[in-house]
Amino acid sequence: MSKLVELTLSQIIAGLRKGDFSSCELTQAYLARIDHLESQLHAFITLTPDLALAQAEHADQQYAAWRVDSNVTLPPLAGVPIAIKDVLSVAGVRCTCGSKILEDFVPPYNATSVERLLESGMLIVGKTNTDEFAMGSSTENSAYRTTHNPWDVNRVPGGSSGGSAAAVAARLAPVALGTDTGGSVRQPASFCGVTGIKPTYGRVSRYGLVAFGSSLDVVGVLGHDAVDSACIYKLIAGHDQLDSTSADRPIPEFKLVDSLQNSLTRFRIGVPDEYFIPGMQPEVETAVRKALSEFENLGAEVMPISLPHTKHALPVYYLIAPAEASANLARYDGIRYGPRVQSDRMWDIYSRTRGDKLGSEVKRRIMLGTYALSTGYYDAYYGQAQKVRTLIKNDFDQAFENVDLIAAPVTPTTAFPIGEHLDDPLSMYLEDVLTIPASLAGVPAISFPVGFDKQGLPIGMQLMGPQFGEEILFQTTHSFQLVTNWHLSKPKL
Amino acid sequence: MTLTLEEVEHIAELARLKISPQEKNRYREQLSEILEYASRLGDVDTSGVDPTPSVLPDRSAFRSDEPRSGMGAKALLFNAPDVEKDQFRVPPVLE
Repeated sequence: MSKLVELTLSQIIAGLRKGDFSSCELTQAYLARIDHLESQLHAFITLTPDLALAQAEHADQQYAAWRVDSNVTLPPLAGVPIAIKDVLSVAGVRCTCGSKILEDFVPPYNATSVERLLESGMLIVGKTNTDEFAMGSSTENSAYRTTHNPWDVNRVPGGSSGGSAAAVAARLAPVALGTDTGGSVRQPASFCGVTGIKPTYGRVSRYGLVAFGSSLDVVGVLGHDAVDSACIYKLIAGHDQLDSTSADRPIPEFKLVDSLQNSLTRFRIGVPDEYFIPGMQPEVETAVRKALSEFENLGAEVMPISLPHTKHALPVYYLIAPAEASANLARYDGIRYGPRVQSDRMWDIYSRTRGDKLGSEVKRRIMLGTYALSTGYYDAYYGQAQKVRTLIKNDFDQAFENVDLIAAPVTPTTAFPIGEHLDDPLSMYLEDVLTIPASLAGVPAISFPVGFDKQGLPIGMQLMGPQFGEEILFQTTHSFQLVTNWHLSKPKL
Repeated sequence: MTLTLEEVEHIAELARLKISPQEKNRYREQLSEILEYASRLGDVDTSGVDPTPSVLPDRSAFRSDEPRSGMGAKALLFNAPDVEKDQFRVPPVLE
């Protein structure tokens, strides 16, 4: 197998510029690896090899021109491949959202995050698998296929960005875009042993991201380490006029510092007791606490804190997210796009198309949301949830008056076997219990590997920061990754 | 709390979801379990607490009122299941 797929993003960019290899060679190496492993992993819904190779040839021409005359414009990531979760629009490429109701839907425009990557010269190898409409924690809710964890193909990669996480872990692409509404970048990053960032809500444009929970959805990045993830984050983040919820705050120019001399002396890291829940896999707790002592060795002050409303986060989320989803998915009615189940009566087209083409998890959440918003129940359910959300957000605001970062495990267990939670939706929802609070508060969070359990499955940890504090998250993770090797391990594929 | 079958049917109708009798029973159980869990929020004291509809500070999202070109009918009709003369074709809405 080609050594090119073992390179980090920085090594790829350097190699392309020096002419050690061409973008075509690099892209072909990834496509060959995808060809070899896809039947085992099912990380993708749609592959775009022809498009990728055409873009690679174009990039090679740009490099050739640039080497002759360095004044020629060279996009910063020209010819570098990336995989995109199949809930983000790529113009002219099928976008299914993991659902049959968008089976042959082809978007006429690029999502802003995708547009920014294309402008940077990146090429897209394919659209990765996702739980249907990003609703799920295992990628088993995809209407097309289940993605398999590269570390153990009998287990889930996590979800809903399971395809993207598996693709990066298995070296099918050096980086990938995912989305995180209740943990869908962080949890699969943790299950697959990669580094995943969920930026602050509003930091990355949601234009072109198929909406699930509009007050929660965030576009995120998955990569091998903080350096690679930060590189892509910087390209996609920033205000977008096309997204009215996009934060109008500039992205500070930052570079990750390699120096280790007491590199974290300034930082106070809070560890909330509420995140070490009963029933948590002991190896997860051990690995996280070991990572925390590593942070102390780097000079950070680690201290216990309390986020008292943590236990309410799950029920709050499973009222707010489905409520927002019920509104956002009302548009899938068989009229303007997607397949239509015919009938003579309008209402029937809606009911039959939706009944037939939407999966059971999606229907379950739509009904939950519809109920929570309906007359007589709105105040008790949705209204109350929005108020408790404030209390959860206040917990974070108050904590950040005393600490710079909050550290916690990402998931109660390592990757679970395929099929384990399918009969019991609530048990699946409980997988999200540690990632949901940051989503409700809108704060940024990064998940990165801190060890392996005795079955060789990756264990992740998360750092949460104040709103717009992505730099601290990347720098702290980078400092950790300079003195540890967890992120360098590869699955035996 | 337990939902009745009638309540499940009513929710499905509001959401325009045609579901089978088996689905109805299954959703009745599952939704009841989830709502039971969620209703614990009723115990939380939220007196004097404002809701958080959005985690970002309120700001105006308006742009200046200047005309711009749109995507055009061709692009917008491309994915439609039933098109006639640049329009989406549907059965009668009013009987």
